[in-house]
Amino acid sequence: MELNEIIRPENRIYAKPALLNEAHMHYCPGCSHGVVHKLVAEVIEEMGAAEYSIGISPVGCAVFAYNYIDIDWLEAAHGRATAMATAVKRLMPDKLVFTYQGDGDFAAIGTCESIHACNRGENIAIIFINNAIYGMTGGQMAPTTLLGQPTATCPYGRRADLNGYPLSITPLLSQLDGTCYVTRQSVHTPGAVRKTRAALKRAFENSIACRGTSVVEVVSTCNSGWKMAPERANEWMVEHMFEKYPLGDLKVNDK
Amino acid sequence: MSKDKVTLMKGNEALAMAAIRYGADGYFGYPITPQSEVLECLEAEMPWESTGMVVLQAESEVAAINMVYAGASCGKAVFTSTSSPGFSLMQEGMSYMAASEVPALVINVMRGGPGLGTIHPSQADYFQACKGGGHGDYHAIVLAPSSVQEMADFVGLGWDLAFKYRCVSLILADGLVGQMMEKVTLAEQRPRRTEQQIREQCPWAVNGRQGMRPKNIVTSLELDDDKMEANNLRFQATYRVIEANEQRAETVNVDGCDYLMVAFGSMARICMKAIEIAAERGIKVGLVRPITLWPFPVDKLRDAARSVKGILVPELSAGQMIEDVRLALDCVVPVVHYGRMGGNVPTPDEILNALTNSFPELQNSK
Repeated sequence: MELNEIIRPENRIYAKPALLNEAHMHYCPGCSHGVVHKLVAEVIEEMGAAEYSIGISPVGCAVFAYNYIDIDWLEAAHGRATAMATAVKRLMPDKLVFTYQGDGDFAAIGTCESIHACNRGENIAIIFINNAIYGMTGGQMAPTTLLGQPTATCPYGRRADLNGYPLSITPLLSQLDGTCYVTRQSVHTPGAVRKTRAALKRAFENSIACRGTSVVEVVSTCNSGWKMAPERANEWMVEHMFEKYPLGDLKVNDK
Repeated sequence: MSKDKVTLMKGNEALAMAAIRYGADGYFGYPITPQSEVLECLEAEMPWESTGMVVLQAESEVAAINMVYAGASCGKAVFTSTSSPGFSLMQEGMSYMAASEVPALVINVMRGGPGLGTIHPSQADYFQACKGGGHGDYHAIVLAPSSVQEMADFVGLGWDLAFKYRCVSLILADGLVGQMMEKVTLAEQRPRRTEQQIREQCPWAVNGRQGMRPKNIVTSLELDDDKMEANNLRFQATYRVIEANEQRAETVNVDGCDYLMVAFGSMARICMKAIEIAAERGIKVGLVRPITLWPFPVDKLRDAARSVKGILVPELSAGQMIEDVRLALDCVVPVVHYGRMGGNVPTPDEILNALTNSFPELQNSK
């Protein structure tokens, strides 16, 4: 049997989503962003929502998300994605509106906008990539950097007395009346990827149905910033990140 | 209200009412004196129940300007209003909107600075409004109302210009014009544009790939140096067109005048009275009132200043617009500053004294 006879549309069990275009991604090999991007494209495609989806990309590694996923996008100023999403969704309530933000964007410079958008219960989905480091600017300390974790701006490891404590922001957001769904996932194993996929779909459906704010934190790796091989970065994440940022649903109130 | 009904209202209220009448899609703002009546008036009017307009009290001026940035990127007619300290916080957003070529309306009802300063009137944000304010090479069209009627009229004018040139229009008022009450006639209620109309008028807008059209992206980022330079050249080309087409100024008694005052906003109103008193004393003084501060009305000013002996530029600042007056006239005429600061507003007599004290030949006409 020839290869072309085997790879026929009816025999396919997996394909790259059409919304994920052919542009060459700038992400480092091993980075979690690529997986989450694929999931976002896949879920929007599955929901048939490409014609009414609007994404807000952040400042940080995911700044160019708009180059890879073929929906309409706004590129926010650093930290302001949830403020922008607020306006987009209020002005066009029938759209699927989501932000895609890293830890510096969402939980440092944008904390005010993040908390207030969640507290108002804006009908948006927030995808929050927490890799405990600033990737784009070259590995500086993030609000979520773990105690003892070395970065370019805490080269001897984060110290509570010098740098303060790592900020676990999603449990805070889960306490706000405006949030309807807050969950923390990862994409380091096939099983984890499937769970994140389901979480994203749920968050997107909540935005369309106007059930309140959904937050999907994805505990992620930054093997370049962490200066580890991709496989080792996954192990390090499991060994260290999950203790401070345990996976699972923090709030489910979206029915 | 019928079309010609005359109403007595505050300048700040006129801004709010005019925006609803224009068919605005959204307002995003944060309270700050002396312009909080804009948000208060909008919340009291509840336009979401009549026209469908969105009104939101944001958590900060930073959030508000980025909400405006987003709404403008969707092709919507959106605006915010603030006063000087809040306007400083909005400068980053102004720069992003200029770089993204989105049409928005921003209103700054100025108060005295620097710092927290005072809640009383000032014109000391002229540099910030006209010379950039945020980072990078950009301009906003700056409109300076001097009456409550103009507060109302410039809302529509501001949006029309913003959509025409895909730029930010800024209404630069001061606390006096914002707080004073005058008669005003509002335009007729216009319907808000439908999503389909927006798709036709703003094909660049981010509003979903209806019909699977190619995706739209609104961004200010371009890491390719040549492309970013090309973007800048495109912005500059637009600014040159605006400079050629949109200079606006009012002139009063400029024909045959010996002296000229150049003033904007509430200060121009006080100068009107000063030139009346001057005429009674036999001094022929004209007034040029720039309505667009950017583009600065260079041509009208040059015409008016052709044969005058001297120019006084009264401002509620240490002297900011005076630099543009001097630039426009190449220093061929003596140009003198008179200013009050800290929220103080001069009387007409005070301004006239400044004129006579500035030019020795007028000393005997006091």
